[in-house]
Amino acid sequence: MTITNAPKRRSGSLAKVEARQALGFASPALVGLALFTIVPVVLSIVMSFFDWPTFGERTFNGGTNYLRLFEDPNFLPALRNTLVFTVLYVPLSVVLSLALAISLGPRIRGRGALRVLFFIPVVTPMVANVLVWKMLLQPQGLFNGLAQTWFGVELPNFLADKNWAMIMVVIMSVWQGIGYNMLIFSAALEQLPESVMEAARIDGARGFRMTWSIMVPMISPAIFFATIMTMITSLQVFVQPQMLTGGGPGNATQPLVMWIYNQGFKFQDLGLAAAGAWILFALIITVTAIQFKAQKRWVHYEH
Amino acid sequence: MSTDIAESTTRTLIAVDGEEHVEVEKRRGRAPMTPWARVRLILAHISIYVAAALFMLPLVYAFFSALKPNGEMFAMPPSLFGSEIRWSNFAEVFEFGPFWTYIGNSLFTSIAGTLVVIVVSTTAGYAFGRLRWKGRDAVFVLFLATLMVPAEVLVIPMFQVMQWFGWVNTYQSLIFPFAFGAFGTFLMRQFFRGIPYELEEAARVDGAGPVRTFLQIIVPLSKSAIAVLAVFTFLSFWNAYLWPLIVTVDYNTLGTLPVGLASFSGLTGTRWDLQMAASIISMIPTTILVIVLQKHLVKGIAMAGLGGR
Repeated sequence: MTITNAPKRRSGSLAKVEARQALGFASPALVGLALFTIVPVVLSIVMSFFDWPTFGERTFNGGTNYLRLFEDPNFLPALRNTLVFTVLYVPLSVVLSLALAISLGPRIRGRGALRVLFFIPVVTPMVANVLVWKMLLQPQGLFNGLAQTWFGVELPNFLADKNWAMIMVVIMSVWQGIGYNMLIFSAALEQLPESVMEAARIDGARGFRMTWSIMVPMISPAIFFATIMTMITSLQVFVQPQMLTGGGPGNATQPLVMWIYNQGFKFQDLGLAAAGAWILFALIITVTAIQFKAQKRWVHYEH
Repeated sequence: MSTDIAESTTRTLIAVDGEEHVEVEKRRGRAPMTPWARVRLILAHISIYVAAALFMLPLVYAFFSALKPNGEMFAMPPSLFGSEIRWSNFAEVFEFGPFWTYIGNSLFTSIAGTLVVIVVSTTAGYAFGRLRWKGRDAVFVLFLATLMVPAEVLVIPMFQVMQWFGWVNTYQSLIFPFAFGAFGTFLMRQFFRGIPYELEEAARVDGAGPVRTFLQIIVPLSKSAIAVLAVFTFLSFWNAYLWPLIVTVDYNTLGTLPVGLASFSGLTGTRWDLQMAASIISMIPTTILVIVLQKHLVKGIAMAGLGGR
């Protein structure tokens, strides 16, 4: 009797006390989340259906904002720029950081220091990184200066050239972000079970074979994770083009987030900006969902 | 005769060297290396050091550029050193713009924001991870769902909310809006769940309430997780650009370092020397943080697999 009673009593008054205490512990987070995430999300949906200037009259306009998006001369180019950036940036960043993590194997002397070195641009203010690159990429900057004095070659004006500007935004972004994925991959590589590696070694796996057929599949969950996160952040790219090229020349490097920023805070059209933000969100969700679908083909989990 | 000697000497050298090597490898628990493997290891070292040098080139060049007179920034042919080494550029940064204000604002909002995140994440993580209450799992799913919403979707309505609160151009608006994300709560909940329940039960039996158990048992056991959360939160506040750019109007009093750096660029126009000096200065604190905390960072990324960027 007493044995069956005990848990019952627990779910009575004691449980109520615990629930009240739990509410006390969770309430700062719940209030904050409601005020600063739930309200803005709901508000954003509402705004996207209104003419919503920063100051002044707001009027409901149905889905007009979503139609206006596609009439805006800069919206589709911005969408395209975001996709181009992502398609160039994600594979480059993931492959290079994976190669880097593998090269920084346990036999490399000073690997700890080297890791820190590659991680530095990740944590330094992005704005500072971009300013440095902006100096290097000037027509009279280091890159063109060296090309001219060493090889007598005149390089294109990278940031003012329609075709080169985006490539430079990508290269600068790869440089600044590579250390982050490298650290994720390094952590995953360090957790590889020695028994499996030993077995592969006994079976004669060496070098490239070892890397490609054993190590890469075994850390594929980490690669999957890094790819998803990198893709999400690259669809949200803003600071690099904003500071490096200002979105130019023309609108050649203006990504979606910069377009949203300009609509909302330069042209004071918050409703249209909110509609654009939801298109971005839909894009992110879709791309992420596709990746989750595709993971079965190449990600190996241990069960 | 002489060739014999030479041959035998090389053989002994190889033997000695080989033996030494075997010993070193044995100590590390690895198979001895073939000569070819050793050549490859040397090549691997050379290539990785060259890659590292190239990788650091922009920052190194920026540092030396910060020491040049402004007129020599883009001299042809480019050189590492200018005609003189001007340490005074670094001092001039502080005279040119309200640079101390930017640093102060960044420090204040980053520290305050980190404190808020830690308090909110640990308390909520405790409620979600170790206390039983009705609806807990449903609320937690809602929490996680908010992780999907990108900040870019939120900034537009968030700015509106700040206007309603009358918070535009205030410190509150720099600290609070992005301090309540689900990431920290999620991280702490995961960590707390790994702590053995016996420890907590023992404290409970001894008459400690949840507040005491939380403060005296759970929090001290979670120092490393809290440290990792603190570092990543601090970095994300320190480097934030889009939101501070939007919500501050008066950059001269409320500008944070990234916003200040950017406006510096507009103001100074051609003063590349000062821009580089300012950029280098802004990189120092985070670089030191990474060097000091590198082991924890690796552990943290391994543990969480992530880190709010």
